[in-house]
Amino acid sequence: MLKECLRMSWQNIKGNKMRTFLTTLGIIIGVTAIITLITTVEGATNEITSQFTALGAGKVNVSVSGTPLKRGLTEDDIQRISRIDNISGVDPSVSFKQHVASEGTLCEDVSIEGRSAAYFTDAGLIGKGRGLTEMDMDRYSHVCVIDTELNANLFPNEDPIGKELVISGISYRIVGMLSDENDNDVMRAMSLMTGGNSGGLAIIPYPSALRITGSNSVNSLTLYIQDTAFTDDTISDVEEVLNAAFNYRDNAWQIINLDSLLDTMNTMTGMMTTMLAGIASIALLVGGIGIMNMMLVSVSERTTEIGLRKALGAKPSLIQTQFLIESVMLSLMGGLIGIVLGIILSMLIAGWIGMTFTLSTGAIALAFTFSATVGILFGWAPARKASRLNPIDALRSM
Amino acid sequence: MSNVILSMRGITKQYRMGDEMQTVLRGIDLDVEQGEFVAVLGPSGSGKSTLMNIIGCLDTPTSGSYILHGRDVGSLDEEELSSVRNKEIGFIFQSFQLLQRQNAMQNVELPLVYSGMHTHDRTQRAKQMLERVGLSDKLYHYPNQLSGGQQQRVAIARALANHPTILLADEPTGALDQQTGKQVMSLFHDLNEDGNTIIMITHDIGIARHAKRIVRILDGNLTEGVAEDA
Ligand SMILES: Nc1ncnc2c1ncn2[C@@H]1O[C@H](COP(=O)(O)OP(=O)(O)OP(=O)(O)O)[C@@H](O)[C@H]1O
Ligand SMILES: [Mg+2]
Repeated sequence: MLKECLRMSWQNIKGNKMRTFLTTLGIIIGVTAIITLITTVEGATNEITSQFTALGAGKVNVSVSGTPLKRGLTEDDIQRISRIDNISGVDPSVSFKQHVASEGTLCEDVSIEGRSAAYFTDAGLIGKGRGLTEMDMDRYSHVCVIDTELNANLFPNEDPIGKELVISGISYRIVGMLSDENDNDVMRAMSLMTGGNSGGLAIIPYPSALRITGSNSVNSLTLYIQDTAFTDDTISDVEEVLNAAFNYRDNAWQIINLDSLLDTMNTMTGMMTTMLAGIASIALLVGGIGIMNMMLVSVSERTTEIGLRKALGAKPSLIQTQFLIESVMLSLMGGLIGIVLGIILSMLIAGWIGMTFTLSTGAIALAFTFSATVGILFGWAPARKASRLNPIDALRSM
Repeated sequence: MSNVILSMRGITKQYRMGDEMQTVLRGIDLDVEQGEFVAVLGPSGSGKSTLMNIIGCLDTPTSGSYILHGRDVGSLDEEELSSVRNKEIGFIFQSFQLLQRQNAMQNVELPLVYSGMHTHDRTQRAKQMLERVGLSDKLYHYPNQLSGGQQQRVAIARALANHPTILLADEPTGALDQQTGKQVMSLFHDLNEDGNTIIMITHDIGIARHAKRIVRILDGNLTEGVAEDA
């Protein structure tokens, strides 16, 4: 019997192709909008999140401008910070620009960074050779790690490992090279964006860098957080140490926590998704009213037919079911077309703004249930009207 | 008494027209036995269709009792009435009332769908019924590909499909020319010979004469008539 209902509904939908299309247009537009919006926003959020995570998940940056009496963080300050619970590593960095030389080639404007061993714990940072170790720090070893750019400037098409590099008159042995894509330091990424670092980069143990600059304090520190659930507590502890170190002076230092930035951004995109989905569901609502209108017209058009079916023994409940099936079919058809269009559209958008397209199954499930619900909700009244038609009146109208 | 399949006692029907009540049927008593061919004859507006709607369980009387096939129809609800219409009554309408988008077979199958018969049995039964009315070569024609007489025969096949207790026809020849009307009447005659009980409503004495028994309805009253009455 259900099969018959399906067949009859389908016959009616098929019999009025143009009208069916116009009726489902509202649903098609609504669902297309929902799929496109959710997929695109979700994709963009994922993209940004993964970039942020690569840059600085579990890292907190401390940047110190100091006070007239105390320019930066001393070795003691750094030790104090590294003793704080939940900090797995402290990476002080010193940076300046210098010319470097190797095998008679001079290279101007090279960024020299002093780093600790903690910096090299990131997987994927090193492309070739090794990073700097604790031992290099302790021994003021004359070793360095360079980036691919400096490598290209000094030794095009050659393996740099084992070669010597002269910085400020001291020769450093190249032990490793950074991998190409992995620009995963926030500060460097930012300075790259502002157009610096054209000559390449060489990283040396930070004690050695301090010797070159002749200073005994550090202005930039990256803290590695063990358990990111307690980042905020850890930051308060760090703040305490810093306040004590700089005598509670304002503006002596600044802490940049990328995780909290990420949180803020996630809340924002979440709000945006909800708002856009809200707007799209208004389109669905309008689509539902369109379906209700078409179903009401269809009921009046088929008054005689309904009367006849009742005279031949169709139960009112069956008539109601048949009309409900018809409206659900209509809205699901609209929904399916909308889903396909939405996927195509979001693929195009993803291609256009250059991000990877990921199919959002959640959005599809949402659109599907939404359109089925619209069909039931807006088909109910017309179906009830049909089931209550008096067969005598219906047949007399012939 | 055991072969009385329809029994009406004191059936009245009133319509409310504004403030006043209009009485259309004024206490109808009618018994129909298995295998009868009854014509209900009366002029326009006499209440024929009203009576037919009550017999066909499409409408309920204002008062009176109606026993169909041993069941008191007055006590049934809407869903039960649907099933009585489906199994006990075979309707034949003046204007055929075929579904235009369905072919002859599908039209005949319709009451079988509502009685829950399986597809295979349904096809067989529909074919059988269309053969019975002489349309075995028009099984898959659509109504607009059939003549009026053929359409009415499809409608008759549909009425026969569920082997109903009563074939109920309202002006079955009203939309047909005389020649075709005669053919339909001769089909009715054959069906009655086969044992089908037929109640036919008409205002045409010529058509009524095809029946074995004529009852007259006038101003809402029913009287047994004789075929010779003009
Ligand atoms: N729903 C209704 N409301 C009010 N009056 C009605 C209704 N249905 C029928 N009537 C009245 O009942 C009377 C009988 O109507 P009915 O349709 O039974 O006549 P009929 O004998 O079938 O006539 P015809 O031969 O023209 O078909 C008419 O006067 C009609 O106006
Ligand atoms: Mg009538």
